[in-house]
Amino acid sequence: MYSEKVIELFMNPKNAGRIDNPDGVGQVGNPQCGDIMKIYIKVKDDRIEDISFETFGCASAIASSSMVTEMVKGKTLDEALKVSNKDVMEELGGLPPQKIHCSLLAEEGIKAAIEDYRKKAGIK
Amino acid sequence: MPARKVYLDHSATTPLAAEVYEAMKPFLQERFGNPNSLHSWGREARKAVDESRASIARLINAEPREVIITGGGSEADNLAIKGTAFALQGRGRHIITSAIEHHAVIDTCKWLEKQGFELTVLPVDETGMVSIADLDAAIREETILVTIMYANNEVGTIQPVREIVRTARAKGVRVHLDGVQAVGHIPVDVKDLDADLLTLSAHKMYGPKGVGALYVKRGVKLDPLVHGGGQEFGLRSGTENTAGIVGFGAAAELANRRLEEGAVEEESRLKDLLINGITDKIPNAHITGHPVERLPFHASVCFDYIEGESMLLRLDAAGIGASSGSACTSGSLEPSHVLLAMGIPHELAHGSLRLTLGKDTTEEDILYVLEILPKVVSDLRALSPLGKELS
Ligand SMILES: Cc1ncc(COP(=O)(O)O)c(C=O)c1O
Ligand code: FES
Repeated sequence: MYSEKVIELFMNPKNAGRIDNPDGVGQVGNPQCGDIMKIYIKVKDDRIEDISFETFGCASAIASSSMVTEMVKGKTLDEALKVSNKDVMEELGGLPPQKIHCSLLAEEGIKAAIEDYRKKAGIK
Repeated sequence: MPARKVYLDHSATTPLAAEVYEAMKPFLQERFGNPNSLHSWGREARKAVDESRASIARLINAEPREVIITGGGSEADNLAIKGTAFALQGRGRHIITSAIEHHAVIDTCKWLEKQGFELTVLPVDETGMVSIADLDAAIREETILVTIMYANNEVGTIQPVREIVRTARAKGVRVHLDGVQAVGHIPVDVKDLDADLLTLSAHKMYGPKGVGALYVKRGVKLDPLVHGGGQEFGLRSGTENTAGIVGFGAAAELANRRLEEGAVEEESRLKDLLINGITDKIPNAHITGHPVERLPFHASVCFDYIEGESMLLRLDAAGIGASSGSACTSGSLEPSHVLLAMGIPHELAHGSLRLTLGKDTTEEDILYVLEILPKVVSDLRALSPLGKELS
């Protein structure tokens, strides 16, 4: 049911873990399935310099976390905000219909982390 | 390639035993006769069907005449419940079941509810047991059927079937037991139990898929679901699935032999080794189901801060086949109704794992699982934002 890419990233996720002293942290969850994703970012010159995730969830949530962190690393915050769950899904080679919400967590996680950073930095 | 392949999902299905396969083969080809034909081809097939029926009957201490072959466990459940509902609706329209039944039972009962029948769903305690007092209190004048599973497929709990039957029979109410997970694995004796209806399925006991049976006690009236040529004593028309039935018969012989030889005790020993190993090696592991009254081949557990689908896929990558009642594996995003009915919270049901052993499971297999599983759990906990202090 999963693409090879999803399985590969699920087995060997990139950017897993916690960053010391993150500039922004976003935590999102899907109340229905109960899964939780937490994104940590380091920001320098308005760019995502470093990023990591912690995810409690299914294989597609873990693969989406890994993929989205790779996709936004090095991007400006505004560029990162434009990454949608569709982009993540496309890079993953698709997800089964009942697993689309897992990639939405990835999109929302990045947004939440950036929002947290901007709030802390006093940027509106 | 994983170091080892270990199939521990025998509650989902079992492999076809070699001797079962050998017994079936001729009936897929040269012994193709229709058991309803009068010529030698037909008589040969009829003889095979009759002998197989006798073997299945022997396994549960029934008369051959009381064994109705169906197209699997689900169909037998449907026949028992709908067949009773249609046959007895003149007497009453109330049915009692439990909160942890297989969907073949629950969804059949819910469908009847839509047709105007009344349904009482008995709760279970934290070990998955129904209470006899609850059952007794639920029985009414209009109750026509109590349908409760013999043993549960997700957590392995064996119900107090003897008391269930006694309680219902004392008030003249018919009892159906879904014995799909139990028959062939623990001794089941319908005469001793005095149940009216009992469901069996061949593929859970090393037989082929798509063939099952309903034990119907002599004198118990049912309406058929499939009308036609009147096969199976008028209760299930259609030309017999000869090869499947012969396979079921051979599987019943095998099960009889294994029960006599005490193969079950070895399975149970390995299951205990697995359960004790899991609770020893993995923090925050909670065994689900009844500690003692459980199927000898069945281990089920919930881990805090673990999501079941991730666990299954990591185990699969290491060559281990298991299953889970997690929301993420269900398609509906709802965790298993069985775990929820037992009062297990949503988050914990998320981390459920079922490991069901089979006749070919070895001690080495179990030791391999005990080497891999703790690592899978700690790796996933390391990935998770929850429960950091554990891993
Ligand atoms: C308790 C129980 N009842 C019924 C069934 C359905 O049996 P079958 O797969 O033969 O239709 C199963 C199998 O999953 C089961 O575990
Ligand atoms: S995030 Fe819950 S099913 Fe994938």
